[in-house]
Amino acid sequence: MRTKSMLVGVSTLLMSSSLMFAGTVSGKVTFTGTPAKPKTIDMSKEPSCAKQHATPLTTESVVTGPNNGLENVVVYVSSGAPDDGQVPAQAVTYEQKGCQYLPHVLPMHVNQELKITNEDQTSHNIHPLAKVNHEWNKSQPPGTPAISEKYEKAEFISVKCNVHPWMHGVFAVMNTNHYDLSKGGGAFKLPNLPPGKYTITAWHEDYGTQTADITITSNETKDVNFTFKAKAY
Amino acid sequence: MARKAQRLSFVGVLIVAVASSLGAQEAHVGNLTGHADAGKKLYQRFCIGCHGERGDGVGDNAPFLEPKPRDFTAATFKCRSTLTGNLPTDEDLYKSVVRGFNTSAMPSWAPLTAQTKIDLVAYIKSFSPRWHDEKPADVLKIPAETPVTIESISHGGELFQKLECWKCHGQEGRGDGPSASTLTDSKDQPIRPYNFTGGGRFKCGAENEDLYRIFMTGVDGTPMPSFNDVIKPVDAWDLVHYLRTLQKTRKSRENEVLKAAGGKLLPPKPEEKKPEEPAKEPENKGAGNGRK
Repeated sequence: MRTKSMLVGVSTLLMSSSLMFAGTVSGKVTFTGTPAKPKTIDMSKEPSCAKQHATPLTTESVVTGPNNGLENVVVYVSSGAPDDGQVPAQAVTYEQKGCQYLPHVLPMHVNQELKITNEDQTSHNIHPLAKVNHEWNKSQPPGTPAISEKYEKAEFISVKCNVHPWMHGVFAVMNTNHYDLSKGGGAFKLPNLPPGKYTITAWHEDYGTQTADITITSNETKDVNFTFKAKAY
Repeated sequence: MARKAQRLSFVGVLIVAVASSLGAQEAHVGNLTGHADAGKKLYQRFCIGCHGERGDGVGDNAPFLEPKPRDFTAATFKCRSTLTGNLPTDEDLYKSVVRGFNTSAMPSWAPLTAQTKIDLVAYIKSFSPRWHDEKPADVLKIPAETPVTIESISHGGELFQKLECWKCHGQEGRGDGPSASTLTDSKDQPIRPYNFTGGGRFKCGAENEDLYRIFMTGVDGTPMPSFNDVIKPVDAWDLVHYLRTLQKTRKSRENEVLKAAGGKLLPPKPEEKKPEEPAKEPENKGAGNGRK
């Protein structure tokens, strides 16, 4: 029994138009309810890192800002994007410093170069727990050159260091260049969107995803807001 | 019994449907050629109880096993001669079937015929589309082993400190380093670092070359990373020689050489010392280890 593969043609509603008429999607990501309190990280087993933090670090899986703003949310065009498939030439950098990943969430384009550096006096192992992409695990002792990698498929990949179990981060591998990471007040901005229909997705590592369907008709700025329900634990 | 056979054949049809959509899978080791359709029946006889009918590692026995059976659909394999992140070679899988895993419930299947084993390997490869989509990866080149000398062992001891192997494996290789209790595999199951002092064979083989390969390619799906990018082959052999001396009760050339040297490692060479890093880094720990 042989399954014949079928090709499903997807017609894009997108009319090609120049960026002159491009619109912008901007808004805020907020939360309702009471988020779990960030936990203090005990780095006493790694003194060379502990001394780099005047006040001890706290867990970063939920980071909030003023006016219930939710940070570290990846907001991106998940469908309808005028994706020219252009991979940015410059690399994104993921830094290990003070036994912490900087930034905590790193968005990147599929096949974009990813540079991973170790600024610490201790060995780290970079272990991105990819499911769709290939899972690899590399040691990076102090003073060794940056690791250069790339991911071929879109995926949110949880990253950890097994030597320092408190270290945790996320690679957000995107099929589009239209993405942003929400900042302090939860603000984000997706510029350069030609008129068309889009699905905007907001992804948070603990609170899940939300989507919004929008239509941009002309050179306008569309306000889109996302509200996540906080988990208390 | 007839009903059971019926059920099995129904499962078989399902699996064939999945497998055939991926193309007929083969496996090659030496002169052997394995076929997935032949391997299917063998899998149902020998493997399905733990690895499950879909190859996802959730067979009927799985809840009672620790560590959990391999999930073939994830296509992440521990024992590889290929670099981290890549699929293993057919030979790697074949050897794993022959060897079994002394650290888990996976027995050695050496008594099965060679054809049976290679057919099983072919079938295992039908559980993930990666086997169909990807070209075979490069195999790690292992240069000839360097002589076992006290210098080599001592330098290996320094590397054990520098690369911080002890963070998981412990200063004496007992698998009791400061991070050991926190380790989990890629499915969030607790996992223990290898305890060298037991002297048993390693997860992926018993020879020095196997030990070399294990830390160069890493043990994918576990916390053990790859060191191929950060350590030179000659240094890697030094580390192998040192690690053998952690297997104190095991008869080995390395232990003989260490004994002949009075059981002590040589102090680090002066040029190896880093003057810009003051005494906080205990440089003699490797030597201290040997002195015990």
